[in-house]
Amino acid sequence: MNSLPENEYYPDVLRAEVEKLQRQEAVAFGAGPVSRRGFMKATAAVGGGMVLAFGLLRNEEASAQGAPRRGGGGFGGPPAPLNPSVYIKIAPSGTITLYSKTPEIGQGMKTGNGVMLAEDLDANWDDVVVEQAPVDSGVYGNQFAGGSMSTGSNYNLMRQSGAAARAMLVSAAAKQWGVPASELTTSKSVVMHAASNRKASYGSLATAAAAMPVPAAADLKLKDKKDWTLMGTRVTGVDNLQLVTGQPLFGMDIQLPNMKVAVFQKCPAVGGKVSKANVEEIRKLPGVVDAFIVEGTGKPTEVMPGVAIVADNTWSAFAAKKKLKIDWDESIASKDSWTAFSKQAMETAKKGPGAQSLRSSGDFDAAFNGAAKKVEGYYAFNFISHQPMEPQTTTAWYQKDPAGDKLEIWGSVQIPDGARTSAANLVGVAPDRSVMHQNRVGGGFGRRLMNDYACEAAVISKQAGGIPVKLVWTREDDISHDFYRSGGFHDFKGALDKDGKLVGWSGHVISFSDGWAVGAPGGGEPTPAGGRGRGPQAVQGGGWPGAGDFPAEFTPNFRLTQSLMPLKIPCGPMRAPGNNTAAWLVQSFMHELSTAAGRDHAEFLIEVFGQKQPAPAGGGGFGGFGGFGGGGVNADRAIATIKTVVERAGWGKPLPKGHYHGLAFHYSHQGHFAEIAEVSVDAKKKVTLHKMTVVADIGPVVNLSAAENQVQGSVVEGLSTLGIEVNIENGRIKEQNFDTYKIARMPIAPVIDVHFLDTDYNPTGCGEPAYPPAIPAITNAIYAATKERIRTLPITRLGYSIA
Amino acid sequence: MAKVTLNVNGTDHTVDVPADQPLLWVLRDELKLVGTKFGCGMAQCGACTVHVNGSPVRSCSMPVSGAAGVKITTIEGLSQGGELTAVQKAWIDHDVPQCGYCQSGQIMSATALLRQNKNPSDADIDSYMQGNLCRCGTYVRIRAAIKSAAKALNGSAS
Repeated sequence: MNSLPENEYYPDVLRAEVEKLQRQEAVAFGAGPVSRRGFMKATAAVGGGMVLAFGLLRNEEASAQGAPRRGGGGFGGPPAPLNPSVYIKIAPSGTITLYSKTPEIGQGMKTGNGVMLAEDLDANWDDVVVEQAPVDSGVYGNQFAGGSMSTGSNYNLMRQSGAAARAMLVSAAAKQWGVPASELTTSKSVVMHAASNRKASYGSLATAAAAMPVPAAADLKLKDKKDWTLMGTRVTGVDNLQLVTGQPLFGMDIQLPNMKVAVFQKCPAVGGKVSKANVEEIRKLPGVVDAFIVEGTGKPTEVMPGVAIVADNTWSAFAAKKKLKIDWDESIASKDSWTAFSKQAMETAKKGPGAQSLRSSGDFDAAFNGAAKKVEGYYAFNFISHQPMEPQTTTAWYQKDPAGDKLEIWGSVQIPDGARTSAANLVGVAPDRSVMHQNRVGGGFGRRLMNDYACEAAVISKQAGGIPVKLVWTREDDISHDFYRSGGFHDFKGALDKDGKLVGWSGHVISFSDGWAVGAPGGGEPTPAGGRGRGPQAVQGGGWPGAGDFPAEFTPNFRLTQSLMPLKIPCGPMRAPGNNTAAWLVQSFMHELSTAAGRDHAEFLIEVFGQKQPAPAGGGGFGGFGGFGGGGVNADRAIATIKTVVERAGWGKPLPKGHYHGLAFHYSHQGHFAEIAEVSVDAKKKVTLHKMTVVADIGPVVNLSAAENQVQGSVVEGLSTLGIEVNIENGRIKEQNFDTYKIARMPIAPVIDVHFLDTDYNPTGCGEPAYPPAIPAITNAIYAATKERIRTLPITRLGYSIA
Repeated sequence: MAKVTLNVNGTDHTVDVPADQPLLWVLRDELKLVGTKFGCGMAQCGACTVHVNGSPVRSCSMPVSGAAGVKITTIEGLSQGGELTAVQKAWIDHDVPQCGYCQSGQIMSATALLRQNKNPSDADIDSYMQGNLCRCGTYVRIRAAIKSAAKALNGSAS
């Protein structure tokens, strides 16, 4: 599999987590010493004094029993023994508690992991309770939510763990009844022996089953797809009852005895330091416990300089924050300006291809010069912000302790172990003296792959004297201090032959490099952190996702170059990073080409997928995050999704008057997605998306309801993306709240038809890959309706509005 | 500081807080009713929606001083006697939530809508619910759940 591309702006903690994933089996189930901390906590939290039967087995014991090592975890790596007891606990009462190791960020993995475990355990879903597993990499290996990888990376592990526990229950029954295990069957938490008409519930067998050896993964037969009773069906979310009754689940809901609430004001231009602040005055305000300057580490992924206010409650903290008067030293702070970038990018494009070559195959210039038809297009897209509904928050409690200072954290994060280790490190707490509690996350979208707020909370708790502190960001904080989805520019040239076939493609990525890095174009300034020395590489989400990505491998003469401008505002991964802009660029320009050729776009796109080229000498760069975990686009799968969406949407058939279709395909995160938008545009340039038809190949679907929900959300987000931007001037973000940052509201949500192809490829997650093609499907439909090519995002800049 | 007596979910609570403190923070920080969510602080997102005498109100922008003598219902007080409401049931049946953070507010708005309009059309739903943001984009499911709940309510009434 591919590793994370070196040229991406990832914090070290994410890189570490992905490395854990790559060694998953070895780390999670190896024979080495296993921390009991997390597991002890889980049993204590859930057991409540109940006699625990199955589920007490630990790694050491499993190994001592000679548990064979398992293999085939889906991501390679050395095989290691299964340890179902860390995922499954069966009480004599019959209650089956399943532990989900993945943070729940709205992607549905808490339910998804439960469904996968329960399927091959053959559990009755009504007996099942799913709990969030403790954060403990010693037991669970990687525990992160990102890259749409959770389904794929947990698929075999969860199913095999369920099957192993089932086999142990069957062994216990076989022993009890004195019959061969092969004569026993299971269904809905019951073991049955048909010949003697005997039955035993899982609960009644649990104690005996716990003493059975853990079978080898190789000896386990997972259920055939045709025998699935849960997987592939619609299973409502396991937290839904708690959600609809308003129970505390989220990081923002944490309440601890003697807890104080903190707010933190940073410089609106990243890199600014506090010269002077009226902390004396702030400390006297009602409800305020303390106020102080935080020096910070100078890294946006950790703690930037600012002023912290600690108060008795949230409102006192918010009210005091409004009274803050801070003089900022902005000598090295960001002066970034979108207006200036836009001007510079256009000048750069006029000079021809970029100096940095990302990929070259064939001879583009020759193909272009000899083309029957030449097509050119310059595209621009502004920055956008994540803005999950739950503002950033973390509760941290730093405690002095003679045995070694301690840190305990509760939070809504996507990389809990990364949050724990980063925060502990900053406050000088040893890794084994820190504990992280994973809360339900009020929206991830990639924002919470960064742990800045967790680091801030820990530092504030320590500086406030070691009291439990809940840090609460305001919406304005969240929008002003994001790791933004990079804006950027792209200059295209395309060549068609006399038959209207694609023969040449040239793309010039005009994006951003880390403006703090020594050696960055125009950079070389000292960084607040003392310089990270990153080279001339695109910021996360600003570069091309993979130099070999479509249509590189399908175009005989292909050229991809890059030019970068230094940027100080931090960028980060947002839902299908890189892909969510690359899809719009590629699929829009592809439509420009088919339009110029006077050809049907579906037919043209299928033709391009049919002209796979031999790999260029020296390779074409990494497969990109798009191909993460399994290589690049599969042309057969791409064509199948396009043909099916064409059929389902009635492409080429008459539509209601004034309605037009737009088609786009994109592959990312191992998901193949073809989407057709049905759009109308009125005389005042008001765009209505009536319907989106989505056909996907993501391999077997684990939870149909959750998968459809992700796709529906992705389509709404695609539409939302057409109307939002954060404008950067003088290093500051203009938009400050939802009144100006206008994410989609209910009236614009279209009818969405979602269809998954029934295939047996490796399963992948659905959180990201449906989003990128939604955007060009809509803009291609706008072109069909108006004959105006949409080369600018948001489209509100072109005078459009979204109905 | 001001002493204010609030009737929340049928119970009186007396709190001593600044008069301009929004109801949201009294509910969350003083009464520990954290089902009502903070999203924007300026009545733009609807995550903090509660009922005041049965009508939806953005509690982040309502000073607590204005909440004395009215009946406040929060998401925690919606179901009676352990029985979920038709709206809550429909939310589970349609598996509406993704992250779920906005859903308390969505449910409070939807409940208020169905009190005044027993058979809302798509347009009625869109218009009434547009004050509630869902960043995950669960809008199509919210629409479907409201219609199911309407059907269930009309069925039980007839």
